[in-house]
Amino acid sequence: MSVTTLSSPVPVHRQQSWLVRLFDYKPFLVVMCLAPAIGLLGVFLTYPLGLGIWLAFTDTTIGRKGVFVGLENFQYLLTDSLWWNAVFYSVVYTGIATFGKFALGFWLALLLNNHFPFKSLLRAIILLPWIVPTVLSALAFWWIYDPQFSIISYLLVDVLHWRTSNVDFLGTPWPARFSLIAANIWRGIPFVAISLLAGLQTISPSLYEAAMLDGASAWQRFRYITFPMMMPILAIVMTFSIIFTFTDFQLVYAITRGGPGNSTHLLATLAFQRGIAGGELGEGAAIAVSMIPFLVFATLFSYFGLARRKWQQGESND
Amino acid sequence: MTDTVAQAVADAKAAPDTMAWDSGLRRLMMIYLPLGCFVLILLFPFYWMAITSFKPNAELMNYKEHNPFWITSPTLAHIKHLLFDTAYPRWLWTTMLVAIGSTTLSLIASTLAAYAIERLRFRGSPYVGLGIYMAYLVPPSILFIPLATVVVQFGLFDSPLALILVYPTFLVPFCTWLLIGYFKSIPYELEECALVDGATRLQILRRITLPLAVPGLISAGIFSFTLSWNEFIYALAFIQSGANKTVPVAILTELVTGDVYQWGALMAGSLLGSLPVAIFYSLFVDYYVSSLTGAVKE
Repeated sequence: MSVTTLSSPVPVHRQQSWLVRLFDYKPFLVVMCLAPAIGLLGVFLTYPLGLGIWLAFTDTTIGRKGVFVGLENFQYLLTDSLWWNAVFYSVVYTGIATFGKFALGFWLALLLNNHFPFKSLLRAIILLPWIVPTVLSALAFWWIYDPQFSIISYLLVDVLHWRTSNVDFLGTPWPARFSLIAANIWRGIPFVAISLLAGLQTISPSLYEAAMLDGASAWQRFRYITFPMMMPILAIVMTFSIIFTFTDFQLVYAITRGGPGNSTHLLATLAFQRGIAGGELGEGAAIAVSMIPFLVFATLFSYFGLARRKWQQGESND
Repeated sequence: MTDTVAQAVADAKAAPDTMAWDSGLRRLMMIYLPLGCFVLILLFPFYWMAITSFKPNAELMNYKEHNPFWITSPTLAHIKHLLFDTAYPRWLWTTMLVAIGSTTLSLIASTLAAYAIERLRFRGSPYVGLGIYMAYLVPPSILFIPLATVVVQFGLFDSPLALILVYPTFLVPFCTWLLIGYFKSIPYELEECALVDGATRLQILRRITLPLAVPGLISAGIFSFTLSWNEFIYALAFIQSGANKTVPVAILTELVTGDVYQWGALMAGSLLGSLPVAIFYSLFVDYYVSSLTGAVKE
């Protein structure tokens, strides 16, 4: 102990090489530290983002460099009923699924906020649908939605006798659309519930005590304390949820691949079908770019959610 | 004396509460029943997946004579088929390699970036942080077409290396964000002491900041691992040959063949593909939940 403290620091200090001094020079160190992250994001995120926008204005196909064609791709999309279908279904899918996820997820969070035995175990189990690869759980849903051997049909027909024929989940457009939305809600509930539970636990119990003393009913306590206190976190979680639901790909690709009759295409699956499978890179990129306005809208939503929080707490948002 | 008084006060306080809210039946109806339904619905697909993978084909397709919710004669035939007649072990290995590679890469990149942004505090560091955070809001669905051309340009098409390099685009923003939060919680004074003692910045990072941020590193690591294990769209677009596919893509594109689906093998593949993340997750569940909620809170 004493030996090391005596001997080591002195020579190390004297013989600092230029390399050590360079790495202790702050501007150099900042650049070196940021280089890997910025480099990766620049090459594989910012550059492709720009390239994608450029591709949307060209007629590139796989194997052939395209030329600039202006707005031709977008003009074509505006006359393409499949694109309008995909926009329509993307909006419906996002709207209903987000509403379902948040209604059920908020309810689940409120339930989990009570005291009962094995709470942490239950919390861990509930996150499973979120952990497991989406495609793999989507396959399970595909099997659950099977026209002949669907377990739901079995329950409804043979056990409960509510129906006489099997449910045709994926064979016709509207049932297929709602089946996909149900699978998406199932997958999204855990994330929403656990995030909102974290928000619920930050609300001070004294607020509820004060409200109880003033004679507020359970509904009033929810409406005037829980809900306003949860607004900021709801806004953030909802923005993320909307962005990733709107650009969803896996569930639809795994369960229906856009069918039946192209009725369940989301913009992302349509972009994949045209761009990668069909080879029309320019047109696929144009479909992908057409998602951006919706995403900007969702991000602004988040920004105002954050701004509201700053205003509520009256402090800097660092 | 004081004890009994306190006890009486506590009783008086608790009594109306108990009357109003904790009466057994009400609690059962309002909490346990809905909670039970949630758990049942959230877990049922996994139960269905598991039970299908061990059912012989005869039972799988005959609901009249066999109760579909149970197995009368369980079989390992589907799993055996998967492990010995398909390239499943190879796919698992590729997926593992890609997940570990991209997790390591993103942890290194985001630790350094978070340290620079939070601790070196240069002019404009909050804006760099915000920029990295904004990268998280760019979804893979709008990037995969141009990225495919970039990957081809780099000569990485059909190579797992492409995935290792591309996955950090969605891992680094999240990890950096998480680690900034952890670094923030480490007192500045510790670093100042080390500076006074003559340590260099890199020594401080290695000897002081990193050991204290281990919980954050673990959270970020688990999160990255599960996210890269689950990734689908890039793996689908960039990998073509059967041998190099990752598990989620391979099951969907290689095992789904023809008109008659091999549900037993498909479900066995899904079960085996889910197990590694599920086990990994169960080992570190507290870190996972805290990273998820911590990231949302800040």
